[in-house]
Amino acid sequence: MVSIKDLHKKYGSQVVLNGLDLEIKEKGIIAVLGPNGSGKTTLIKSILGMVVPEKGEIELNGKSILHKWNYRQGLDYLPQIANFPGNLRVEELITMIKDLRNKTARDQQLIDFFGLHPYLDKKLNKLSGGTRQKVNLLLCFMFDSPLIILDEPTSGLDPVSLLRLRELIRTEKERGKTILITSHIMNFVEEMADRIVFLLDGKIYFDGTVSELKTSTGQFDFEHAIAHLLSEEHV
Amino acid sequence: MFKILKYSFFDLVRSSWSYVYFFFYLLLGTTLLFLNNNLSTAVITLMNVIIMLVPLIGTIFGVMYYYNSREFTELLLAQPVKRSSIFLGQYLGVAISLSLSLVIGLGLPFVAYGLFKSPAIWDFVMLLITGLFLTLIFSALAFNIALSNENKIKGFGFAILMWLFLAVIYDGLFLLSLVYFQEYPLDKFSLVATMFNPIDLSRILILLKLDISALLSYTGAVFKEFFGTPVGAFASLGMLVVWVILPLFRISRVVRRKDF
Amino acid sequence: MKKILLFFSLFFFVSTIAAKEIVVCHECDVSSIKRAVELAKSGDTIRIKKGLYKEYEIEIIGKSLTIIGEDYPVIDAEMKGTAFKIKADDFSIEGLHIKNIGTSHTSDNASILVSRSKNFSIKNNRLSNIFFGILLERSENGIIEGNIIRSKARSQANSGNGIHVWHSKELIIEDNDVQGVRDGIYLEFANNCDIINNVCKENLRYGLHFMFSDHNRYLENLFENNGAGVAVMYSKFIEMERNLFRKNWGSASYGLLLKEINDATLKHNIFEDNTIAISADNTNRIDYLENDFISNGYAIRIRGACYKNVFRRNNFLANSFDVAYTGNINENEFSRNYWSDYTGYDLNKDGIGDVPFRPVKLFSYLVNTTPEAIILLRSMFIGLLDFSEKVSPVFTPAELVDPQPQMKKIKW
Repeated sequence: MVSIKDLHKKYGSQVVLNGLDLEIKEKGIIAVLGPNGSGKTTLIKSILGMVVPEKGEIELNGKSILHKWNYRQGLDYLPQIANFPGNLRVEELITMIKDLRNKTARDQQLIDFFGLHPYLDKKLNKLSGGTRQKVNLLLCFMFDSPLIILDEPTSGLDPVSLLRLRELIRTEKERGKTILITSHIMNFVEEMADRIVFLLDGKIYFDGTVSELKTSTGQFDFEHAIAHLLSEEHV
Repeated sequence: MFKILKYSFFDLVRSSWSYVYFFFYLLLGTTLLFLNNNLSTAVITLMNVIIMLVPLIGTIFGVMYYYNSREFTELLLAQPVKRSSIFLGQYLGVAISLSLSLVIGLGLPFVAYGLFKSPAIWDFVMLLITGLFLTLIFSALAFNIALSNENKIKGFGFAILMWLFLAVIYDGLFLLSLVYFQEYPLDKFSLVATMFNPIDLSRILILLKLDISALLSYTGAVFKEFFGTPVGAFASLGMLVVWVILPLFRISRVVRRKDF
Repeated sequence: MKKILLFFSLFFFVSTIAAKEIVVCHECDVSSIKRAVELAKSGDTIRIKKGLYKEYEIEIIGKSLTIIGEDYPVIDAEMKGTAFKIKADDFSIEGLHIKNIGTSHTSDNASILVSRSKNFSIKNNRLSNIFFGILLERSENGIIEGNIIRSKARSQANSGNGIHVWHSKELIIEDNDVQGVRDGIYLEFANNCDIINNVCKENLRYGLHFMFSDHNRYLENLFENNGAGVAVMYSKFIEMERNLFRKNWGSASYGLLLKEINDATLKHNIFEDNTIAISADNTNRIDYLENDFISNGYAIRIRGACYKNVFRRNNFLANSFDVAYTGNINENEFSRNYWSDYTGYDLNKDGIGDVPFRPVKLFSYLVNTTPEAIILLRSMFIGLLDFSEKVSPVFTPAELVDPQPQMKKIKW
């Protein structure tokens, strides 16, 4: 589905991606992990076309995506920070994004799911952070695209909504989607991820399942395993 | 682009700043016309306000809007939309909502005053046209500055500096060079120097209406050709159009290779 | 002396009794004006019917004739010389259309040349394509009224004046309309003349021009879009009232140019859209009272050597520069004017601003030395410059102020 070859990117003199290769063929949930500055966000943004790599190739379903924009019809993205034009109403925002996509959406179903009905008429700058994150999730999931990219989806959600989100992600996985996630909440990752991609210094340092990670590091606990990966590097 | 423009515009016209801006012009127009009761002096005061304030507001609004909607822009960038459409759409949203505040805010009191019966209508129309151009130009320049500076504070600083330069410092240097080189024929130089500053250009356009008699006191043939014939007005308007197009062109170019 | 007078009056009496009318037309017994003039005696009337008369050098010497044109008969001088040459008293010319007076470098060809004459009237004639229009020399006590003068003057050297007066006195020049000549109305050594309600537009040099002419009045005239509106030079005791000076545009253009003038008054005139409304050079004891200066480049430009001029109760509205000044204050006085540029306040509500107004801007000095700087007019930088000069005058004469600026436009 996604195929990345020899991806290079630097900001000024700082190298962020250094010949990264990544192949995602399967359906399911792939967690992209790594310490700050390891290139997680840059990788995701490269796939989204928000960052232009210096070198390398990114293909989606066998077609190069560099300098193109139409391919984004087939992917959904959840930005890290939910900040919207403050003077638009929730409903208008949803219509706007639907307008841009020109595609049928299941917004009503998701409004029910997140319980957003009472907020539809409210202006976005009147919403709490949690509600805004729900709107953010709704905008992301309503198009039913085969590839979904989630950047820190758990931030700002109350426990109930968090449960719902897990449920939603699982359903989507069962419906045969490919879901790319970055997150700092390790137990969320451990619970959800089918595959862990660990980035370090702009390269993939580990690529495998949660259990593979545990075996290779000799740790029983996921968080410890991750910590081990990091400390190994310093050794 | 028009979809983005539509929603940016909806967002902005509902913001309290638009209302403040609108009411400011409404108040200004009303006081000038109904307390002063003299149309030609009102037009002069308005001109001073327009060539100073419109660029400043355009600059600040442009920079502010860009930085405030950065996260939302990311969301838009992940949609199947061309990059240049996103930014040009947002830019037009800002420029059009500002223009609307200006035109309606100033227009209402003038219409109420019975402007359409007065010969000053053309002075007033010229004021509005230059006001519109200045809004378009300075919000475009502001977008350029914001696009090139990730750091908000730095971006704001540069934007204000640019305004200060074009509004005041440029003319100071201009005058200095005129005085310094006064033995040489300077009329071509001064016309060219005017072309490089949109605020000066707008000023000239209004002067052509208000102070044509003073402008014609100068003997140089080049000036006479410029101010005495429609050449001046057309050249200035043409340059203003260029001043709108160039920054927009740069926006669409910078945006093509920028990382977000 | 008495005898002569008696003789004249008797002669006049006799001639009026015997007065007859000669009709001129193409089918009449008398078909040329020249012939009619030859036949006529003093006191006769010549009635010219409608038609085209190709005649010039029609001389009327010593005959008091009344010449009346019916339906504007056309006298075409075919560019060959002066149409009428008159040296007579008590004559009148009315209702003619005189055209095609050729330019000449050797003689001042005119439509009507009057010399050494008294008690005459020239009324309601049309003059077109002319060199000089009505030319008067050494004459007195005449009325020139309701004439319409049109020409297409291109250069000053090859054009004459509409109404040209030389060494004459006690004339009334009223309701004439002069366009497209060199000077609309020109007076040289002319005294005690009244110039009332004329229109002088689009003339090459001046709308009205005085040289060495004293005790004249001009009232209620319109001067529009001339090289310069009115030039008053080397003259004394001129009254200028209720005139309108408009759109006299150009690098050397004025609404009113005053040069070496003493003891004149300007009252209730309106100056609008002129490059320089008034330029005063070497003028003494001039009273400027209750005039309106609206949207001029410069309202008043004082060149050197002006003493005891008083500017009182004038309205200065939206001029690019209100006053430009060369030299010292020289007892010239500005008081109780209304300045639209005034930004002071009136705390005691007596209608007079509490802060004096400085009508001279630093920028006008800059423009004087560096004319191209005019392009920076009304820019913010210049505003700051002028403001700082206003706060602490360095370049402009500190005592040049209006100590009692009015808060409201003066109604007169």
